[in-house]
Amino acid sequence: MATQLPVIDYEKIKKVHDAPLEEFYTSGHRTCQGCESAMVMRDFAKAAGPRTVVTGATGCMYVANTSYLTTPWIVPWMHTQLGAGGSSAVGMAAGLRALMRKGRIPKEKINVINFSGDLGAGDMGIGGISGALQTDYDLLVIMYDNESAANTDIQATGSTTYGAQTTFTPPGSKHRIMQRRWKKNVAAMLAVGHPTCRYVATASATFPALDFMNKTRKALSIGGPTFIHTFDPCPKGWDFHPRYAHELGELGVKSGIFPLYEIIDGQVVYTYDARQKGRIPVREYLEKQGRFAHLIDEDVDYIQSMVDTMWNEWDIPGVAPFKAGLSVAG
Amino acid sequence: MATVAETTNVWANELLLNGCQAVAQGVKLANVDVIAAYPIRPYTEVMDQLSKLIADGEFDSEYIVADSEHSQFEIVKHASSVGARAFGGSSGTGWMYGFEALVVAATDRLPPLFVVGNRALDDPGAFGVEHNDALALRDMGWLLCWASTAQEALEHVLIGYRIAEDNRVLMPMALAMDGAFLTHSQHMIKVPTQEAVNTFLPPFNLGKRVLHPDNPVSIAPQVNEDWVMELRRQNWEAARRARTVIPEVYKSFNDLFGPRYANPFFDEFMCEDAEVVLVGLGAVAMPARTAVRRLREQGKKAGYVNLRWFRPFPTEQLRATLGRMKGVGIIDRNFAMGSPDNGGIVVQDIRSCLYPLTKRPVVTDFIGGLGGRDMSIADCVRMFEITFDAAAGQQRDELVTWIGLRE
Repeated sequence: MATQLPVIDYEKIKKVHDAPLEEFYTSGHRTCQGCESAMVMRDFAKAAGPRTVVTGATGCMYVANTSYLTTPWIVPWMHTQLGAGGSSAVGMAAGLRALMRKGRIPKEKINVINFSGDLGAGDMGIGGISGALQTDYDLLVIMYDNESAANTDIQATGSTTYGAQTTFTPPGSKHRIMQRRWKKNVAAMLAVGHPTCRYVATASATFPALDFMNKTRKALSIGGPTFIHTFDPCPKGWDFHPRYAHELGELGVKSGIFPLYEIIDGQVVYTYDARQKGRIPVREYLEKQGRFAHLIDEDVDYIQSMVDTMWNEWDIPGVAPFKAGLSVAG
Repeated sequence: MATVAETTNVWANELLLNGCQAVAQGVKLANVDVIAAYPIRPYTEVMDQLSKLIADGEFDSEYIVADSEHSQFEIVKHASSVGARAFGGSSGTGWMYGFEALVVAATDRLPPLFVVGNRALDDPGAFGVEHNDALALRDMGWLLCWASTAQEALEHVLIGYRIAEDNRVLMPMALAMDGAFLTHSQHMIKVPTQEAVNTFLPPFNLGKRVLHPDNPVSIAPQVNEDWVMELRRQNWEAARRARTVIPEVYKSFNDLFGPRYANPFFDEFMCEDAEVVLVGLGAVAMPARTAVRRLREQGKKAGYVNLRWFRPFPTEQLRATLGRMKGVGIIDRNFAMGSPDNGGIVVQDIRSCLYPLTKRPVVTDFIGGLGGRDMSIADCVRMFEITFDAAAGQQRDELVTWIGLRE
C-alpha cells in the first residue's frame, strides 16, 4: 500500500532569475556543443533538487555523460539497460517505499527519475514504461528525444522525423527517402493508454523558457507515475551549427511539427497552441538541417500536409489522431 | 558441543509443501522487501504463493506484477541497488528473455536472489525440466546452486541471501530446482522459526554502494578499456572469495539448525569406498541413490555425488572426491551442441577439473531427461553399468550416451 509522504514544496519558476542557482548535473560530461539533451539533464536535475535518485538508460546521455571518475551527477545516479527505464524507476521506488515502511531508512519524499532516449523509451523500453505508468509509485520517466540513436552514430529510431537522413536511412540513387516511418507520438500514446497516470507532457528544453523545469516540478509533485517527452535538437545528428540548437527547438514547436502539451488528469492543455498562435511553414524548420537536404518540394509538401492534418482534423490536435464524425462499421 | 537445534526449538512446524511453496516460505522468512513477478511455468507457483501470503498479511513486501521478464529482473536489480532485499524468478525461455538484466545484476555486484524452475527452452514447447536455462549463467558472475529436495530449496533461500549479501561476495544468487519433479511434488517440510531465521540471516546492508540521496554515488559509468579489466578482476575475486564464504555460512547454518550439510558443495552418497560414481544435479539424486543401493546389493562399489553448487565450481573438493574413483559418469540434463566430444555442459567442467590429476578416473557422459522425460532407477542402473564397463577398460566409440532416447 502506498505510504503517504510529505511532498517537496516546489514553487513555479516565473523568471529565469528565480531558477535555483545550485546545479546537480555539472562539469565532467563530454556532450557536444549545442546539445539540447544535456540541457534536459541539467534542467530536470536543477528542478528536482538534491533529494533525488536517478537512473540513466544506455544512450548518448549515458555514454557521453558518465565517463568513469568524471561523473557530472551530484545526485545519486545509476546506469540502467536500454529498455529498462520504466522498470528501473519502479525498482527504486518500490525498494525505497518498502525500506521506509519497515523503518530501515527515514521517511521522506525522494524523487525517483529515469531518463531514456527515444530508442530506449520510445522503442525498446515502451513496454516497461507502460508497466511503470500502471503502478502507484511516485516516479518520473523522461524521454529525451533527439530523434536518433545518437551515440551509435545517428541511426533511425521510431521517433525519427519522416524523410530524415541517418546512418540507417541514407538517401541513395534509387531510394531518395529511406526513413519512411512517421514519427511515433509516444507521450500521447502513453497518456491515452494509462488512465490512472495523472501527468504526461511534452516539452522543449529551452522553449518556452523555464517551461521544462516547471513541467518537471509538476510531474514530481502531482503523485504517482508520470512521463515527459522532450524534443532535443542534436547538432551532430541533425546536421546544423551548434549555435542554432535553441532556435531549432523553437522552430519545431512553432511549425507545429512537435506539439507542446500537458495532459493533467485527462485534461489536455496546450503549452503552445498553434491553432491560436499560428504556425510557421514546416519548411523553415526543415531547411536549416542537413539531414533533410536531400528532400524535394514534394517531400516537404507531404510533411506539411501531415502536420496540417494533425492540427486541423484530429479530434485532439497533436494527441489523438481520430476524426469525429466517422461512421463505425457494423 | 550441542547445537542450538538440540537445545532450543528452531523449527516452527512441519508442512506438506511442494518446491514452489517451500521457496515461498523461505522468501517470507527472509523478510524480502521487493518481489517482482511475471508468469511462466513451472516457477510461477512461487509467485502465486507469495501474492497470497501478502494478501493475507502474513508478511510485508512490495509485490509488482511486471510487464515482461526483462522488466521483472530490472525491477529486482534496481530495488537491490537502493538497499532492499529483492526476489525474482523465472523458467526456460522467460529466463532467457530477461537475460540482459541478469548479466548486469552480476556486474553491478548486487545480491538479489532468483529462483529458476528449470524448464526446457523453446522450440518446440515443453514444460518439463532441462538445465540449460540456469546453466546459461555459468560464466556471468552469479552464484548458482541446485536444490535436490523442497527442504533444501527452502533452506537455500536463507543460505543464498546470506552468502550473496556477504560484503566479501555481493553477487546475485540463482537457486535452481527441477521443474515438476521438485517444483510441484509435495513433501513434509520443516519450516524454521522466524527467530531462528533472524539469528541466521542479518538484515541486508549494501553499505557504501547504496543509492540514496545521502550517499550520492554514480554507479556503472562508462569505463571502456581504461578500467573494465580491473572491474572484471574484482568480479573474479568475489567469485573466488565466495568459495571461502560458502563453507562458513553452511557451518553457521549447521550450528543453528543441526548438522544438515556435511559438505556444502555436494552430497556424497556411499562414496567413501566407492569405485564408480555418478554425478548429477537436482532431483535425479533420488533414483540415482536407489540405483546405488541396488548395485551395492550386487556387490558393486557404486556411489552418487549430488552436485549442489555449480558456481562457484568446487574444484578442489571435487578433485579430492572424484580423483579417488576408477570411473565417473556425469548425468547432463542439458545439451551443449557442438561442444568437445558433443558432451553436455557439466561434463566439460568436471573433465577440466580432473585433468591436472596424475591418476585420473575414466569419465563418461550421459545426456538424458530432456524436456522433463523421466530418469528412472533403471536408467540410473544402466548409466552405472556403462560407467563400470568403461572404468574396467572397455573401449567406447564416444564419450556420450543418450539415455532414454527413442531410436
